[in-house]
Amino acid sequence: MTDMRLSLQAPVRRAPLAMPPVIMAAAGFLVAMVLVALIAGFLAPYHFTTQDLAARFRPPIFAGGDWAHMLGTDHLGRDILSRIIYAIRSSLLIAFAGTLIGAVFGTLMGFAAGRLRGIVDQTVMMLVDAQAAVPALFLALTLLAFFGNNILLFVVIVSLDGWDRYTRLARGLVVSEQASDYITAVEALGAGSARVILRHLLPNIVASLVVQATLNFPGTVLLETSLSFLGLGVQPPGTSLGLMLGEGRRYLLNAWWIAVLPGIVIFLTTLSMSLFGDWLRDRLDPTLAGKG
Amino acid sequence: MLRFLAVRFGRAVLTLLICVSAVFLVLRIAGDPAEIMLPDETPPDVKAYYRTLWGLDRPLHEQFGRYLLSVAQGDFGVSFADDRPALATVAETLPKTGLLGLSALMLALLIGLPLGISAAVRHNGPLDRLAMASAVFGYSIPIFFLGILLILLFALKLRVLPSAGSGTLIHLIMPTLTLALPLAGRLARFARTATLEVLGKPFIRAVRGKGVPPLGVILRHALPNAAVPLLMFLGIEIGLVLSGSAVVETIFAWPGLGRLLVDSVSRRDLPVVQAVILIATFIMVLSNLLVDILHIWLDPRLGSFEGAQSAPAH
Repeated sequence: MTDMRLSLQAPVRRAPLAMPPVIMAAAGFLVAMVLVALIAGFLAPYHFTTQDLAARFRPPIFAGGDWAHMLGTDHLGRDILSRIIYAIRSSLLIAFAGTLIGAVFGTLMGFAAGRLRGIVDQTVMMLVDAQAAVPALFLALTLLAFFGNNILLFVVIVSLDGWDRYTRLARGLVVSEQASDYITAVEALGAGSARVILRHLLPNIVASLVVQATLNFPGTVLLETSLSFLGLGVQPPGTSLGLMLGEGRRYLLNAWWIAVLPGIVIFLTTLSMSLFGDWLRDRLDPTLAGKG
Repeated sequence: MLRFLAVRFGRAVLTLLICVSAVFLVLRIAGDPAEIMLPDETPPDVKAYYRTLWGLDRPLHEQFGRYLLSVAQGDFGVSFADDRPALATVAETLPKTGLLGLSALMLALLIGLPLGISAAVRHNGPLDRLAMASAVFGYSIPIFFLGILLILLFALKLRVLPSAGSGTLIHLIMPTLTLALPLAGRLARFARTATLEVLGKPFIRAVRGKGVPPLGVILRHALPNAAVPLLMFLGIEIGLVLSGSAVVETIFAWPGLGRLLVDSVSRRDLPVVQAVILIATFIMVLSNLLVDILHIWLDPRLGSFEGAQSAPAH
């Protein structure tokens, strides 16, 4: 009797939060990054624009530097640690905002295409195809050239990479669910499109959307840092991890730390997010498996 | 088969048309094309001359028609930087980017395919874990950071490779490595998934049951079937190569398409920017069409129209 009950209960649900150590470390790093971004003002020993021309090119502590500038200083004597802290804030903020705009816009387009079908559907899917036919970085660079750079536009441009994936996801779901009995029933009861989408379709797809957003995030970070690295994204006196690398590139021979330290931060961020995203996908949404 | 090709060809042309229209639209949204496309110091009467020449005083649909016509004839305007046709400036960079892109793609295939396939064969073993760990490292590392690390190591520390230029084949090594390693990581992961999927199919069990040796199962039976998804993935990789070229070519001073785009954006040399984006789109659409043709050759089921319809959309 007991045996039978055990065998009936056992496979129902696995522990939802059994994280392998690597994933735990990745998640921990990401949480730390968000915290750093939130309290950047408290953490940074100096302001990120404070120059000390008497203390230029100081090496980090582990390469013979001193405690006044733990991670050294750059070509203008600015404290690298403080600059990295503020750069984490701006890079994460842009990536989060970009991801959010892309996800909301893409999902709305997908729902519109799936619900309205016909010409709307055709148009949206043509746009999705066209988006996939243009290299993301090329598109971003072109838009920056035509419209000039300001931070608001920059966030929108960064959000462009990936909106098509949310659209495919949302449209696919709507098309497959449209014919199902519960939607027919809800509609027969007089529910409008907005109610059907928000109350009945959206909850079905939230997990997939979150996974997609997590998997997209590293790409968004890379797009922002790449553009800033090329000197066409975040402009001084603003700061970004990519911009720091771009500036440090000129001093590689004498002061490698200016470029390498922020590079490590970007790398660890994208690595952690990829690991965490893969894990989340395997946990929440097996249907997406292998599409990364 | 012809029908499938016709559908794909039609889609390719349509995609190109949409991209060209989008550029037209963006140019009109951004402001007066004569102000944007001509250098700031242009005298007003010259601007007025170009307005009439480009038909900016005509109705919008006529402007659009003229625009399509000039793009079709390869007329993208004149570069601000050196007064040469923008298309000629772009054409000069294509062989360089082609060389870099193809060698990076080859290297990525040489590293990524064996890594991914052997990971799938030794599923969940130590080799699989090691391969996937290096793959995730490979595609998480920012290209510009990888390039800088390679310069630090090979050009500044060991002093064995040049960090900039394009004179000899030796100059090709570092940009190729930088572009290829992240691609190899993605490719390894994708090859693993594709191989695993095929290895799970019943016909593989049948082949194994017949007593075919393990290597034969992989090479003769699993790989040909995993080739189709891999081919589709390669179409996407072309876009990554082009995006990556903008960064890699800038770091290593490689005079290709990507660097031209970055330089032109910095200078706001819009005729060249416009030419680059349209040519890049053309390359993407063309290579995707090529992938579709190879797809038919690899998968005879597409010969029938039903097969073509149930084929993956990408």
